[in-house]
Amino acid sequence: MPKVKVPRKSTTIDMTAMCDVAFLLLSFFILATKFKPSEALEVKTPTSVNTKAAPEKDVVMITIDKEGKVYFSMSEKEKKEAALETILASKGLQMSAEAKKVFGKESSFIGVPIANLPSYFGLSEEEAKKVALPGIPVKDSSNNELNDWLRAALSAYEGEKMNLLVKGDNASQYGIFKNVINAFKKNDLLKFQMVTDPEGIPAGSELSKKQIKGEKLD
Amino acid sequence: MAEMDTSSGGGHKKGPGVKKAKKLSTRVDLTPMVDLGFLLITFFVFTTSMSQPTGLKMFLPKDADKPEDQNKVKQSAVLTILLGKGDNVYYYEGELALDASNFKSSSFKDIRDVVLNKKRNTDPKDFVVILKPNDECTYKNTVDILDEMAINDVKRYAMVDIADVENQLIKATEQSSGVK
Repeated sequence: MPKVKVPRKSTTIDMTAMCDVAFLLLSFFILATKFKPSEALEVKTPTSVNTKAAPEKDVVMITIDKEGKVYFSMSEKEKKEAALETILASKGLQMSAEAKKVFGKESSFIGVPIANLPSYFGLSEEEAKKVALPGIPVKDSSNNELNDWLRAALSAYEGEKMNLLVKGDNASQYGIFKNVINAFKKNDLLKFQMVTDPEGIPAGSELSKKQIKGEKLD
Repeated sequence: MAEMDTSSGGGHKKGPGVKKAKKLSTRVDLTPMVDLGFLLITFFVFTTSMSQPTGLKMFLPKDADKPEDQNKVKQSAVLTILLGKGDNVYYYEGELALDASNFKSSSFKDIRDVVLNKKRNTDPKDFVVILKPNDECTYKNTVDILDEMAINDVKRYAMVDIADVENQLIKATEQSSGVK
């Protein structure tokens, strides 16, 4: 019986196609990537079925962390500085030029009572990291500093639209949120948005029926 | 890996003395390049944040001091949902009975049916849901219940401060059911 010759096949593969795919994916991810800004405050936001993206410009953000501390931040540098001037002037406080520079940084936020502002922003970066932030006092109505900040922000944004955002942590209590809302109401700010993570619409619910029918969701 | 066969397939022989120029392969080994590509892909996959945060819109009513300015709602068309600590939900339909007999416990799982049931049984133009989170419920619960309103397509709902009576009822229920 003659031996059947098995042709020896090469073990090498042409890598070109694989390389193409790899770089296609790579370029996609590079373009789609938006680096998360390193956040000094860690806040886990709740989820909602809402699909509208939160605004990114002209943001005035109130952050509530899981211990119920309230922080205040603004996205536009000029407005933030204007608000600071208003606050300092109204409280009769002085702040050095360097402290103001630190304050003007994009990632800076306000997490100390107004009286501590000059000393806190006068600290160096390393020192500031060590300080435990007490948050803005909101609890009692006589000393609600969030109120002052909102008023200052409003005057900085006078005649322009500002986007008021509340970013709360899952574990924070409603009581704090209520205090924040009360501060909004005092300043006649009746429209705001809550930052949430997107989540799927439950199947079979009224909203999903509406979506299937092609109605506009708001 | 991807080399080319450079040996010419035994064809035309050139005359003696004619030196054969050695053909260099035009193919490159692409394996390291693919490796690098996938390495970078994994890096970008892990650092990318695809989901943009969304903004849940909320409109606050202006506080009306005078009773005649306040919105009136039909008692029978109202569903009041109360939120307590430990993800517990309580509700009652219409007005709270004096003996609190219509005060019921529920959970986030079941509240959808309660809302839908009430919605089906009432005139859509009167139907109102009143949400009363107490101070001990979490912010997540608050957003979840607002989301629930969106999911169930409830047109009219309001967030109202909780009354003392209701708060006490929640406390009593929590104690009896041992919620911490």
